Amino acid sequence: MGNGTGIGRVRGLGSAKHGAMHWWRQRVTAAGNLLLATWFVVSLFRLPNLGHDVVVQWIGSPIVAVPLILLTVSVFYHMRLGLQVVLEDYVHEDAGKVFSLLLLNLYTIAGAALAIFSILKIAFGGVPA
Amino acid sequence: MSRNPGRPLSPHLTIWKWGPHMAVSILHRATGVGLAIVAGLAFVWWLVAAASGPDAYAAFYKVATSWFGYLVAIGLTWSFFQHLFSGLRHFVLDIGAGYELKVNKTGSIATMVGSVLVTLLIWVPILLSLSKGAN
Repeated sequence: MGNGTGIGRVRGLGSAKHGAMHWWRQRVTAAGNLLLATWFVVSLFRLPNLGHDVVVQWIGSPIVAVPLILLTVSVFYHMRLGLQVVLEDYVHEDAGKVFSLLLLNLYTIAGAALAIFSILKIAFGGVPA
Repeated sequence: MSRNPGRPLSPHLTIWKWGPHMAVSILHRATGVGLAIVAGLAFVWWLVAAASGPDAYAAFYKVATSWFGYLVAIGLTWSFFQHLFSGLRHFVLDIGAGYELKVNKTGSIATMVGSVLVTLLIWVPILLSLSKGAN
């Protein structure tokens, strides 16, 4: 660690400027979740039932498929940010922290990818109602 | 030791007592983790099943409408609204409001009362109609 310039004294001591962006994205996705999850829950209650035909026909509409994809992105990004903080608070050992954060990334990315692909498959008519 | 009970009590090793603000804080975490895992998996399963066809969807539907499925759904409903109301409280705290002792305590209790009330409002009619249908 250098003791000359200001940047030399702080370099390597921790991340800079990442915390604020993490905090802000947690709020942005929270606002997204609030709007989209409210729409999602209200819409589910307005459906006559939750049988396969009804659900496939519902998701097949563009004004349903697109908000549903946005909901997936917002929710899975929000949960990745939130669980990252929880893991960092409780898992202190380096190997465990790296491993659990890796698992978290795989879980959220795989979950969102599966959900989005399924929505698109239904929306593009790949599922006979 | 004399202490002015009107003064706030900072959590410090042995000198603290449980309060609604602490309960809401840990509930926000617990419900967040619960939603991320249980609701996350259920959401993905629901969509993948719907995209895979009527048989896969029927398998999901059978579990979702079993007593276990309803139990999980009721738990998720409460978790969702607890996390939602607590999240709204965070927005208020983020703009620098609601830190006065009384307001903070009232807001904390409101999130918990609200989440239980909304859960009851949603599930009591559903469970009533289900029990009528079963008879």
